Amino acid sequence: MTYPTTYQRRGLATRLSGTIRDIAARPSGAIGLGLVSMHLLLALIGPWIVPYAYTEMNPALVLSKPSAEHWLGTDHLGRDTLTRTLLGGREAILVTGIATPLAVLWGGLVGVFFGLAGGRLDEVLMRIVDAFLSLPWILKMLVLIVTFGTGIEVLIPTLAFFYGIPVIRIARAATHDVVARDFVQAARARGHGRPTIIWRELLPNVRDALLVEGAMRWSWMLLAFSSLSFLGFGVSPPTPDWGLMIADARGFMSFSPLGVLAPMVGLSSLIIGINLTADALAKALGIDRAQKAPV
Amino acid sequence: MLAMLLRRFALGAITVWIVSVIIFVGVEMLPGDACTAFLEREAKGRILENCREDLGLNRPAIARYSEWAANAVRGDLGVSANGQKQISELVGYRLRNTLLLASGAMLAGIPLALFLGIVAALWRDRPADIIVSTTAIAAMTIPEFVSATLLILIFSVWLGWVPGIVLTSADAPLADFFPEVLLPIGVLTLVMTAHILRTVRSSVIETLASDYSQMALLKGVPYWQIVFRHILPNALLPTINVVALTIAWLLGGVVVIETVFNYPGLGRMMIDSISDRDLPVTQAIALIIASVYVGVNLLADLLTMIANPRLRTMHMRRK
Repeated sequence: MTYPTTYQRRGLATRLSGTIRDIAARPSGAIGLGLVSMHLLLALIGPWIVPYAYTEMNPALVLSKPSAEHWLGTDHLGRDTLTRTLLGGREAILVTGIATPLAVLWGGLVGVFFGLAGGRLDEVLMRIVDAFLSLPWILKMLVLIVTFGTGIEVLIPTLAFFYGIPVIRIARAATHDVVARDFVQAARARGHGRPTIIWRELLPNVRDALLVEGAMRWSWMLLAFSSLSFLGFGVSPPTPDWGLMIADARGFMSFSPLGVLAPMVGLSSLIIGINLTADALAKALGIDRAQKAPV
Repeated sequence: MLAMLLRRFALGAITVWIVSVIIFVGVEMLPGDACTAFLEREAKGRILENCREDLGLNRPAIARYSEWAANAVRGDLGVSANGQKQISELVGYRLRNTLLLASGAMLAGIPLALFLGIVAALWRDRPADIIVSTTAIAAMTIPEFVSATLLILIFSVWLGWVPGIVLTSADAPLADFFPEVLLPIGVLTLVMTAHILRTVRSSVIETLASDYSQMALLKGVPYWQIVFRHILPNALLPTINVVALTIAWLLGGVVVIETVFNYPGLGRMMIDSISDRDLPVTQAIALIIASVYVGVNLLADLLTMIANPRLRTMHMRRK
């Protein structure tokens, strides 16, 4: 079925490049986009540009100072710090890069559905959501990880599940803003079913809110993932990961501060980059995120 | 207003109840139980059966849940699996230590956040605002273990001002935690201040743009009088809720910080209990944290209602 439209529908590619241009128009957004693209590129081509293999140990050079061979020195096993820092984000970006869209998708669909349906069921769901949000994230994650193990096949669904729960709230609130509008009433009057209304009328209207929420979730997820690695529940050695590297190098801080500083710069620049981009995106789409709660 | 309060209270109680069910089910999912953890390699056959019988672990889950929940309401959190000690005793000191951290961070962080947030809003888009806002984004998004490690590197390893690790035992008197507790408090304050000041800033900016502020400005009321009489009382209301949410968040974030600093608080106890499979302790801590979260939010709602005459009268009129 085709709908008569009074405006020219723009293609996805045009809209996407328009949004990216809006983000880059702000200096903070441009910096953010630059940082994020740099990290994504690095994650893709990293293995081909690093000077050493990340497992290559050199017993003669343990905790060495920066030198021509090892620009950032070596760690406590004589491995090249630069190599491990350049590769340290790949696992995190892979896991959170898959888990974030999943979280936004399931949380968004559930939130929109219950926002539209309302009633007793909606009340019950919101109580459960509140209950989940009142538990610290680390407790929820650890219980599942201790139960099922620490591989990425566990981490991805776990992160996607728990980080989808706050999305339910956002999607539900955004739906409530839209659901009383004329075009939804019109669709109801035309006799469209619930799935059609959700797909054609509601989702396009809550998409912006979900996009900003997704960018924020991505940064919280990276924070959770690297914290888990730091605590020893995430990536297993010898895979290079920033959180794990900081945990390993912490004991040798006084001999080689670069061992902790290098992964810190890597992790922080990615997370700050995502947040600057999310902020600029929110402003470009006209959503204020300063009021958002830190859940 | 009373009806409103009662409703809020009931919702809070329901949330805590659902949390207790989630905790119980979640912990039931963990592989092994108190007996397999306690007996370790001898956990088989007759001995395992006896142990389960002693602890009442072979009864149906529903029966165990109701007994656990009923005892928890009375303040009896049960007995830890490993140490055979009363959990309320074990938790007591840990809770006190975590509260020391949290209250230190609040005492330092809330006034600092108010001050910086107001400064950033009044000098919006000027250098002061840009510096404060950028630092805030960095402080609130960088993982706690990164900022903690960085502060240890600077203040402990390089400058040698404060110890970077806490060696005091959990039940030592509070005075013994100084100066070790200063760095963990510093990290918590950093993150908390960042969250709160962002809300303060945006709500002051919003109030500045309101009709009554503009009106006062046009009437010729001196600028600082507008700021103190008209803007701040209105702008600080939404802050109450964010402070509550931040305190609630703080209880989770404190887990990582306590682990980094080896601080004997509730958070580290939680991680230890999960790794040791000390299920009763895990359940108890989760329940305490969730209750504090719900309680703090309830208190914030109450404070907002008391502080905002519009909310009070609105509900009276509706009746």
